[in-house]
Amino acid sequence: MDQGLSLHSDPISKDLYSVCVHCGFCLEVCPTYQQLGNENESPRGRVYLMKAAAEGTLPFDESVIDPVFNCLDCRACETVCPSGVQVGTLIEEARGQALSHIKQSGLEKFLHDLFLRKIFPSPGRLQRIRKLLRFYQVSHVQQVVRRSGALRLLPTHLREMEAVLPSVSRASARSVLPKESEQTKGVTKGRIALFTGCVMDVFFSEIHMATVRVALRNHLHVSVPKDQICCGALQIHAGDREQARMMAKHNIDVFLQSGADYIVLNAAGCGAAMKEYKELFHDDPVYRERAELFSSKVRDIAEILLEVGYEKPKSRLERTVTYHDACHLAHAQNIRSAPRELLRAIDGLTLIEMNDADRCCGSAGIYNITHPEMAAQLRERKLADLPHNVEVVAMGNPGCMLQIKAGLYAQGLTMDVVHTVELLDEAYRLEREVQ
Amino acid sequence: MNHMQLVSKLTAVLGSNQRVLHKENELYAYECDGYVAQRGRPRAVVFPETTEEVAAIVQLLHREKVPFLPRGAGTGLSGGATALNNEVVISLVRMNQLLHVDYDNMRAVVQPGFINLQLTKQIAKENAYYAPDPSSQSACTIGGNLAENAGGSHCLKYGVTTNHIVAAKVVLPTGEIAELGATYGDALGYDLLGLLIGSEGTLGIATEITVRILRKPQAVKTIMAWFDRVDEASDTVSQVIGAGIIPAAMEMMDQLAMQAVDKSNYHVGYPADIEAALLIEVDGLVEAVAAETDQIVDICKQHQVRAVRVAETDAQRALWWSSRKMAFGAMGRISPNYLVQDGVIPRTKLTEVLARIREISVSSGLRIANVFHAGDGNLHPLICYDASIPFETEKAMMVGSDILKVCVDVGGSITGEHGVGIEKINDMHYLFTEAELKAQIAVRAVFNPEDLCNSGKLIPKPGRCAEVKRASTMISQHLETYIKTSHGSNSHSM
Ligand SMILES: Cc1cc2nc3c(=O)[nH]c(=O)nc-3n(C[C@H](O)[C@H](O)[C@H](O)COP(=O)(O)OP(=O)(O)OC[C@H]3O[C@@H](n4cnc5c(N)ncnc54)[C@H](O)[C@@H]3O)c2cc1C
Ligand code: SF4
Ligand code: SF4
Repeated sequence: MDQGLSLHSDPISKDLYSVCVHCGFCLEVCPTYQQLGNENESPRGRVYLMKAAAEGTLPFDESVIDPVFNCLDCRACETVCPSGVQVGTLIEEARGQALSHIKQSGLEKFLHDLFLRKIFPSPGRLQRIRKLLRFYQVSHVQQVVRRSGALRLLPTHLREMEAVLPSVSRASARSVLPKESEQTKGVTKGRIALFTGCVMDVFFSEIHMATVRVALRNHLHVSVPKDQICCGALQIHAGDREQARMMAKHNIDVFLQSGADYIVLNAAGCGAAMKEYKELFHDDPVYRERAELFSSKVRDIAEILLEVGYEKPKSRLERTVTYHDACHLAHAQNIRSAPRELLRAIDGLTLIEMNDADRCCGSAGIYNITHPEMAAQLRERKLADLPHNVEVVAMGNPGCMLQIKAGLYAQGLTMDVVHTVELLDEAYRLEREVQ
Repeated sequence: MNHMQLVSKLTAVLGSNQRVLHKENELYAYECDGYVAQRGRPRAVVFPETTEEVAAIVQLLHREKVPFLPRGAGTGLSGGATALNNEVVISLVRMNQLLHVDYDNMRAVVQPGFINLQLTKQIAKENAYYAPDPSSQSACTIGGNLAENAGGSHCLKYGVTTNHIVAAKVVLPTGEIAELGATYGDALGYDLLGLLIGSEGTLGIATEITVRILRKPQAVKTIMAWFDRVDEASDTVSQVIGAGIIPAAMEMMDQLAMQAVDKSNYHVGYPADIEAALLIEVDGLVEAVAAETDQIVDICKQHQVRAVRVAETDAQRALWWSSRKMAFGAMGRISPNYLVQDGVIPRTKLTEVLARIREISVSSGLRIANVFHAGDGNLHPLICYDASIPFETEKAMMVGSDILKVCVDVGGSITGEHGVGIEKINDMHYLFTEAELKAQIAVRAVFNPEDLCNSGKLIPKPGRCAEVKRASTMISQHLETYIKTSHGSNSHSM
């Protein structure tokens, strides 16, 4: 393959950046450009800079690296780009390049290694942290800490997040769910393997339970492979491609072995990353094919329900709801209508569209921690776009849920923030009461 | 004044270093606009937010004799916003407010960085819209539209930008603030606003623009027709107009353009073997629209149309339009680089000129796609090339020039809506005499006495004509030998 200047073994691909014809259609959909008006912080600008750096006309210094790291990787630009420039992939490759030859400061490196290389990839360590956090929350320590005012030492955005952290589930879905669903009678729509993720399973295992119930209700056989680990999306976004590859290989082996027809998840970021595993292995002779097979089986929960056919709940759920498009569902996976269709299938539920539903809320992986200022601006815009007469904001990604919850908390607003599948699960549960 | 002194003065005017880009490597992204064949790095980029700030910056630059130029979204296709003289770029994108809408009198006032499509979106709830709709409307600014006198698909019936701007506040190249035009009625005296519109940022910087807005028509119908042969499509265009119908839009795409855009997110599914697709829209009163639609479908059928359909849903209509509007950008799907030309011809010459373009394509070995406003006779040949092949950029530019000459020879012009910029500056000699060019330079000198504001664009400098001609003959000779030797081995031939 024709490649750009080889700074390390995984250079930015020439055949990706050379596709940009500099037309500018992407400018107005880019959240960072909308906020700043600076072309360096636009898709067209970023591609131009990455290209210049790859060709050696621009040093790979902060003039390239800052815009590359300020990118949300939200992929809104890819949705509009008529030329098909894969800005997200380019950004991830450039971050890989940057990490491989910038020296991180001591603390940065420590945190990077701790989270992206030690904690997330290790289910055992995650479990221990889960237990610690749960202890923190249920054992009054949280109240003591909160009362002591120690949290004031945290920056505001982290304090707001601490306040809205969901209670850590008693048990992770991966460990409590049986390896295989017992239900085999009436399984007509295929076998799915549930991907449980890392952080998701610490804070949002209820969403996994809801996902499983909804899948069973719709005649899918469910398995939960026990050896699975985190998908590596955060590592890919951060540019740690080597670590991501190790994790991806592990998951590919585990899930292909499970024999499931589909690999199903309910987190948009993980879904996008797993559908793109093949990109990580574009020049790996062994794993490329396996990755392609794996990716072809990956489905978001909303997507699979539409694909195999779902049953309309027989109950009523009186709720006014608005729907936020998570970037990695709408832009990266082009899933927009499926979740809305599921919501509309619930009798009694009124769906009110918000303005620019598919503009990034600022969460973007760990962007709200690494770039609090831009993340806060985008959060404000998102909140301003919420129709004020709705009770619930639904979406398909846990990262966005945390971000929007923190925003609502900061403004003293009381809207519910839920995963789409939770509303569906609730409607199915009400069925039994109806009967 | 050295660079850092200038930077600190600019920063002092704007009150914040966040609003001045000046380090060499952060200026890179501002090297060119939508026309990438020629580039130039600006000296700095500044982001004013008010008319007064623009005026203060211009006064400073005028005083210090530092060249400068205004820039909107940088979607221009003729290099108007490219800094050839190390200019300070005055970016207007942060002046992006809709200042006022008067629905009773159908006027809106916008800042220059306001995005064209946003205006229509924001006034849609009152059943109003802004008519000029360049294909780039989702990204380009109304200030940039004013400077280029932008056209668009619906300009066939509704007229180009100049028919929709009634007044503007302008910072002149000397730094004075002037108000041109009149919100209602005709302004007295010389039509200075008319002069400013289409002057490509060489006579001043618009900082507040008052536009006419329109009520949405009662009904709209969109027709897509596929033709086996280009001439049948061209004849259809002529006959529709001949029948006394003025469609809101009448657009054509050829085979290569359809192929490119069908590979994108805006996939329509054009048959692989048709030569032309027409997209025709009629609007107006319900009954009239229904009757005209039937009449147009009939005319298509009289011309051996392969298939003709009327859009059934808004989604379908929107897809057809996106497919047309995204066609330039989709060239990246089939070619690493492209150069879009913008020639105008009398509508009756369409078939002949398209055939000439095909010949030029064959003899140069460069593929040329065609997407255009057929109703206006405004052609957009998209010349595909690969800048990484030596001399191919120059070859593409030469092909562009040759096509424009064909347009002029049949009685047309070298630009319909994209402006002259730097791209077509030498082709001005083909259209105008020396005396005519001198007259235009004299006009410019009245507004832009030091020639600091977007110098080197639009009108070629006098005296250099002989030089330019000599240089261009040399280049042509050189290229001809090159083309001869490389021809046949070129993988890009049709
Ligand atoms: C894919 C694509 C499709 C296009 N389709 C069309 C089309 O259908 N019709 C059409 O007419 N054009 C079209 N264009 C060309 C372009 O979009 C228009 O010329 C548009 O008006 C440029 O606006 P801008 O904001 O990007 O201006 P820029 O490119 O930033 O600037 C254009 C010129 O205007 C000057 N300028 C900018 N702002 C001001 C101001 N406030 N005051 C004075 N001068 C100013 C600049 O100095 C420059 O000379 C297309 C471009 C692309 C990339
Ligand atoms: S829309 Fe695509 S081709 Fe156009 S400038 Fe943006 S990235 Fe490049
Ligand atoms: S991914 Fe999002 S933030 Fe990054 S360039 Fe594209 S639109 Fe902008």
